[in-house]
Amino acid sequence: MSVASRISVTERSGLVSRPAAARKRKLTGWAYAAPTALFVLIFFVTPILLVGRMSVSDWGLFAGNRGLNAPENFTDVAEYRLFWPAVWFTVKYTLVTTVILLGLALLLALIVQESSRWTGFLRTSFLVPSALGLASASLLFYALYSPQSSPFGFLGVSFLGTPTAALWSTVALIVWRFAGFYMLLLLVGLQGISADVYEAARLDGAGRWQTFRYVTLPLLRSSIALCTILCVTGSMLAFDQFYLLTKGGPDNSTLTIVQLIYNFAFFGGNDLGRAAALSIMLLAALLIANVLQFRGLRGKEG
Amino acid sequence: MIRTPQKVLTGGLALLFLFPLLWASVASVSPQAGSAQIDGWGLGNYRTLANYQAGIGQYLLNSTAVSLMTVAFTLFVSLLGGYAFAQFRFPGRDLLFLVTLAILMVPYATLLIPLYVLLNQLGLQDSLLGLALVLTMFQLPFATFMMRISFESVPKDLSESAQVDGCGTLRTLLYVLVPAVKPGLITVGLFAFLAAWNDFITPLVLISDSAKMPLPLAVANMRQQVMGIVDYGATEAGVVVLALPCVVLFLALQRHYVRGFMSGALKG
Repeated sequence: MSVASRISVTERSGLVSRPAAARKRKLTGWAYAAPTALFVLIFFVTPILLVGRMSVSDWGLFAGNRGLNAPENFTDVAEYRLFWPAVWFTVKYTLVTTVILLGLALLLALIVQESSRWTGFLRTSFLVPSALGLASASLLFYALYSPQSSPFGFLGVSFLGTPTAALWSTVALIVWRFAGFYMLLLLVGLQGISADVYEAARLDGAGRWQTFRYVTLPLLRSSIALCTILCVTGSMLAFDQFYLLTKGGPDNSTLTIVQLIYNFAFFGGNDLGRAAALSIMLLAALLIANVLQFRGLRGKEG
Repeated sequence: MIRTPQKVLTGGLALLFLFPLLWASVASVSPQAGSAQIDGWGLGNYRTLANYQAGIGQYLLNSTAVSLMTVAFTLFVSLLGGYAFAQFRFPGRDLLFLVTLAILMVPYATLLIPLYVLLNQLGLQDSLLGLALVLTMFQLPFATFMMRISFESVPKDLSESAQVDGCGTLRTLLYVLVPAVKPGLITVGLFAFLAAWNDFITPLVLISDSAKMPLPLAVANMRQQVMGIVDYGATEAGVVVLALPCVVLFLALQRHYVRGFMSGALKG
């Protein structure tokens, strides 16, 4: 059937002149891509250009555009007293979260690697939290950590009361919410490793640890790279969890960059220009971080 | 395969992951000081939630409307877009695809600041439609990528023989290809629904009218209602209402959820 159909397609297209048919096909392609193009143009490209413009303008939340003022927004943001603490906290949070989350996710992936009914139950248990929204999960942990309703009340610990406790309590929430998700990504990588490689390692007399260190880890590199990039990106943009759990407290100790952007724009600052300037700095930092990670991860492979 | 001590250990780990969900469900109906469920078990906290401001019915309706619109827009745009990117060659194709993927690289916060201004100019401020359009844009990288892969994995013969039978490209798409890419559509729809239902920062920035807030925002605001005093019981009830549809949907479509990642990650 397929041979016959191919012949007849050729015959049919012979009826129409070639350039006309090709042009029609191009137009048809564009027509199907048009909704995507419209969305991308209106809701992505335009805002990007607009945020650039806003970052060099005196732009109030209620007052609107009051003219250019470059580079005032950028210098004001950099001199703001909470700017460097927020940058430092975001970096610290990103490092802590990435290391713990990826370590645990790898452990979980190794545990549920073989599939049976029992591992099916385990996989589902680890994955269920990732169905929840980050905001829902944050509200859940907010109640879980509160002195009034916490089931851990008997411990007498203040989960969000000190800067250190607030950081680790938030990391615990994030690990709970995302470990299963990264486990799944790593599991995909683990299942891409063929049984032959393990067989060969076994024949060479490699033990469990050696197999993991010299076979599994190197072959899992691209999956780990993907997880690292996702995790670093997500952590650099942390907002929901801190907005809902700590509001940046205690004492502005858990203020992240995105929360600072939100505060500049909507929470007291009412200054969209400064918020735009900080947004652009964040975008630049994110791009640099990603380029560095790509380089680093590729460099190791070569 | 797995020995008993290991089973106990891993089982304990699984319970640790399930614990917060189980705790919230139980705590939302158990007696608790400072909540509407002071003594005995019951649905007092859910009643508080139901009567909060515009009423939980309104917030559920808002969330449902936004989620369904987002799913519909995302499916529509990515179905046509995926078809175009996979099966047609046209000038600017690769550039458009790259720009669509680039949405992933730009933080929500960076886009939401100008979108707040832009939606005002478009007359879409404070509207659920505007919110759904923005949420759709955030879904496009994953959805377009997923649908392109889905269309590329359909054998070329299928669409060619449909065209021989006299189908135009649109009829080929609707009657021949849509059934073939259905798993992709389910994955894209599920992700769009979960993302729209759960999103917090987008409505936080774009919606200020309290009658138009989606549920996560309403529950978060309810918590901050009274200075210093938080009704944890009602918060727990809110979390249950928020989480329940997601967990049910996840358990029902788990296979698609997992497969979506498998194909995405393997081919990506």
